[in-house]
Amino acid sequence: MSELKIVNCSKYYKKNGEPMCALEKADMHVESGRFISIIGPSGCGKSTLFNIVAGLIRPSRGTVLLDGNDITRESGHVGYMLQKDLLLPWRSILDNVIIGLEIRGVPKKEARKRALPMLRHYGLGGFEYDHPDALSGGMRQRAGLIRTLLYDKDVILLDEPFGALDAQTRMQMQNWLLKIWQDFKKTILFVTHDIDEAIYLSDEIYVFTHRPGKIKARIEVDLLRPRNEKTLMNDRFLELKRELLLMLREERISE
Amino acid sequence: MLEEKDKSELIIEDPTVEQTKLRRRAIVGQIILGVLLIVFWELSSRIGWLDSYYWSSPSTIVRTGWKAIVQGNLLQDLAYTSGSTILGFILGTAAGYLLGLTFWWSDLYSRIFEPYLIAFNAVPKLALAPVLVIMFGIGFDSKVVLAFLMTIIVAAIAAYSGVENVDKDLEKMLVSLGAKRRHVFMKVVVPTTLPWIVSILKINISLALAGTIVGEFISSRQGIGRMILYAGQVLDIDLVWVGVVVLSILSIVMYLGTVWLEHVLMKGRTPKP
Repeated sequence: MSELKIVNCSKYYKKNGEPMCALEKADMHVESGRFISIIGPSGCGKSTLFNIVAGLIRPSRGTVLLDGNDITRESGHVGYMLQKDLLLPWRSILDNVIIGLEIRGVPKKEARKRALPMLRHYGLGGFEYDHPDALSGGMRQRAGLIRTLLYDKDVILLDEPFGALDAQTRMQMQNWLLKIWQDFKKTILFVTHDIDEAIYLSDEIYVFTHRPGKIKARIEVDLLRPRNEKTLMNDRFLELKRELLLMLREERISE
Repeated sequence: MLEEKDKSELIIEDPTVEQTKLRRRAIVGQIILGVLLIVFWELSSRIGWLDSYYWSSPSTIVRTGWKAIVQGNLLQDLAYTSGSTILGFILGTAAGYLLGLTFWWSDLYSRIFEPYLIAFNAVPKLALAPVLVIMFGIGFDSKVVLAFLMTIIVAAIAAYSGVENVDKDLEKMLVSLGAKRRHVFMKVVVPTTLPWIVSILKINISLALAGTIVGEFISSRQGIGRMILYAGQVLDIDLVWVGVVVLSILSIVMYLGTVWLEHVLMKGRTPKP
């Protein structure tokens, strides 16, 4: 069980002496095991929100609650994966994915033993002892996500993890992510620019406005699971897509 | 028969074979060039193109060197010089590396100290040699201190540059995985800065040697530097050449040592771009 509540979080920065709002009064209630996407134009405060939830920056106002406990400004409660894979180039893939366990004090040998079957099961078999520069972008993202999963937190934040991948790889990775999500029953918060991706993956989508970043709408995605390529041609899918496109167009016009 | 048989051979190129061939040829070429230079030196001093009083000759140098080994203290001098060089190099480089790494710990601290690091780097340390010899005596210590001072700032500046290149996002990623500052330090900062420190090992070993020799020039009872100075004073130029040749060989051996060290430290890593 893990219930994430973001209560009235705002973040202001000073720019040329003027306070500038990066995120305004974000309120989110994320139930356990849900797949939530956050979509919005660039500069809509999505990354600010993630940094706040991950405890990396302090909100100017507001709190973050995990199962009722205040985790504002405390890192280490949720898994967080950034857009870059951020694998350490001097470590093998295996040693990269166990780094969270190492930090927690699990002996290297034990951590490796735990990680190996997971790497093999989730499509990185044969690459365990390679260094990151020998892997393709998709494979590196997989390693990054397995590292986050091995850290074993119920809530995982994914900040545009597939943003830098080509369309074909992207589709593969989306299915791969859904499989992992089903296997591990994690709560996932997923930032993306891509409307199709958001609908295809999520249970709910939050639409953010452009500066100041603010939640504009919350959309329930009532498409059946398991989803596959056919889902993309489903009438309901197209309806949701139209709705979202119009919303985001409004945002662009109001810019 | 309509079909004409292709009788040409199947050609498969193997780039590694080409590479080994090239390497082998290069080594042979290098040896030939070296031998030619020595022969040229020897002949020109024998037939009088070069004044053998100033330029000596390879055969004389070998003979004088052998005599210095058998009758003199050449080997002890060599041990003395290489000992203080290597000790000063290790202490200076390690201390400099640690000093540079501390700059990661606090922004305020690094801002306060940075100009002093640069200023100290600008001080010609060799000019301090007379003072250091007075402070630390004419023995082994003063040479080690000189080698130490020659190397510490170079290492500190290299480590500092490495620290400035630590990827902030990597730190962020580790912190999100619950890392404390010491974890970030051990798992990201040290490995990131390692190539920087490794890249100055070769420079530092020759700086350390220069420091030691100047120390021996100023005042010493032993060492190749002292031997050269003494030989120069009694106009034994052949012996000066022996000293120069021995120092060159020492320098090459230590250089190869750092290449090996570099290899060990960077095992399984791609070098800094």
